[in-house]
Amino acid sequence: MTIISAKDLNLTFQTNDGPVHALKDVNLDVSKGEFVSFIGPSGCGKTTFLRCVAGLETPTGGTLTVDGMTPDEARRARAYGYVFQAAGLYPWRTIGGNIRLPLEIMGYSAAEKDRRVKETLELVDLAGFEQKYPWQLSGGMQQRASIARALSFDADILLMDEPFGALDEIVRDRLNEELLRLWARTEKTMLFVTHSIPEAVYLSTKIVVMSPRPGRISDVIDSPLPKERPLDIRDSREFIEIAHRVREGLRAGMEAA
Amino acid sequence: MSDTAPIAGQGAGVGRSGRVALFSRALAGGLAPVLTVVAALIAFWYLACIPMNAAQSVLDASRAGAVVSPESPAERRQMGGLALALGNPGIAFEGAYSQERARLPAPHQVAAELWNSTARIAPTSPRSLIYHAWVTLSATGLGFLIGTGLGILLAVGIVHSRVMDMSVMPWAIVSQTIPIIAIAPMIIVVLYSIGIQGLVPKAVISAYLSFFPVIVGMVKGLRSPDAMQLDLLATYGASKPETFWKLRLPASTPYLFASLKIGFAAALIGAIVGELPTGATAGLGARLLAGSYYGQTVQIWSALFAAAILAALCVGLIGMIERALLGRMGMRR
Repeated sequence: MTIISAKDLNLTFQTNDGPVHALKDVNLDVSKGEFVSFIGPSGCGKTTFLRCVAGLETPTGGTLTVDGMTPDEARRARAYGYVFQAAGLYPWRTIGGNIRLPLEIMGYSAAEKDRRVKETLELVDLAGFEQKYPWQLSGGMQQRASIARALSFDADILLMDEPFGALDEIVRDRLNEELLRLWARTEKTMLFVTHSIPEAVYLSTKIVVMSPRPGRISDVIDSPLPKERPLDIRDSREFIEIAHRVREGLRAGMEAA
Repeated sequence: MSDTAPIAGQGAGVGRSGRVALFSRALAGGLAPVLTVVAALIAFWYLACIPMNAAQSVLDASRAGAVVSPESPAERRQMGGLALALGNPGIAFEGAYSQERARLPAPHQVAAELWNSTARIAPTSPRSLIYHAWVTLSATGLGFLIGTGLGILLAVGIVHSRVMDMSVMPWAIVSQTIPIIAIAPMIIVVLYSIGIQGLVPKAVISAYLSFFPVIVGMVKGLRSPDAMQLDLLATYGASKPETFWKLRLPASTPYLFASLKIGFAAALIGAIVGELPTGATAGLGARLLAGSYYGQTVQIWSALFAAAILAALCVGLIGMIERALLGRMGMRR
């Protein structure tokens, strides 16, 4: 079942230096429950595409449906959770208070709020940190809290824009593993922007390779890797082959530009 | 329970040694340099008294029959204080610190006057500085409240409406380029003509000065959330009021307190200036004015210090509220 569908999607920004073609003729279908990674150099439109899905940018051409709705309708229907590059937790709220924020806006009852905060904290392995303030947590823990915040209202789609980009590799590896477990448990549809090839290959069922100027899709790779993925799968032959194909796609895109 | 007295109970001496540690840390980490600066300022003040008061010292000495140089009063009038002090070092030094109407009263004279007019007089007496400080403070407080409220309201409007941003901000800036000393009498005259006098006109002048730092700080504070934090609320489908209450307002709190401190100091100046042109009989401004009518320099200086101490206490109080509130909000500074 297709949950996100883009047809001939175009987005042109008008800037002082003339129009910038951020997205050109993007066609993509994402099925329910898929883990899709978007990879490419900066300026390839991967974040822009995610923001279009979230209804934070308006495409200038083509159609885009999210769960059968326009992105703006989907945004108002709270159809997705969004995780940004920075954790962006409010410093004046505790971890629990931060996770409560979307629930407050969406008008959940007090008991329901408590239950969901507790549940999502357990889901991201932060049980017991509810009363802590963001500055008392490490960067990796803060990012996990921001994932919990996006999960708390249980939307079917999770949009993640380089959520681990600012973390060191050791922490990133662990969070990648946790994210896969979380995905397996929640069966959400994941759209994940990254510029790390191993991360994209390790996490995804589908890898979308993008290239810049104009931002477009240059390759879509369906991963043959099994759903169960220990970290050392990254030394396997299949993994290395997919990574190689991603690299080739990135290179071809750069040369064409 | 045994009835032998414990020689050293658990935790004995902890409080004391803790306090001692705190004291020595304060001495090393801030108090010592501060005290050094204060001592240097006071020393400079004492030194400056000698040439500043030299003319009077020499005059008094010559009237008392002492030999001074130069001998002719006309010649002395042509000379600066420093030259006179250098020509009559002993006389200038002796006379510098005890004149009743010194051009520059010595620190201990001001301190004595401060003590006499606060601690040794009933606070209700019109000669008590506490009474005058209270009169000024009540106008300051009212004006500060009006100014802060107005500043916050205007800032909220400016942040949410482009029209207000374009129309209010320039006038707010222009309002502060007019010297307060020029506009204060007009405010008082205009308000008097519609039957308002006493506390309110002074408060209006205070508000006029104190709304500006609040409006500037709050506009900055309400705009301090970055694009990502605003996008985050957009993904929740949050409304404008929700964005205001849950993000913009709490994010602006540290900015508000910075503005409040500046705003309070401005409000106090406003209240004092407001007391000058009315011929007011009460308030620190009236005290300054009366001091300058009668050449009571000691009174002027002590009123100045009373104003400074008042401002320091109130700004300190705002700082304490700030620390308590931000601490409660979990915002470590």
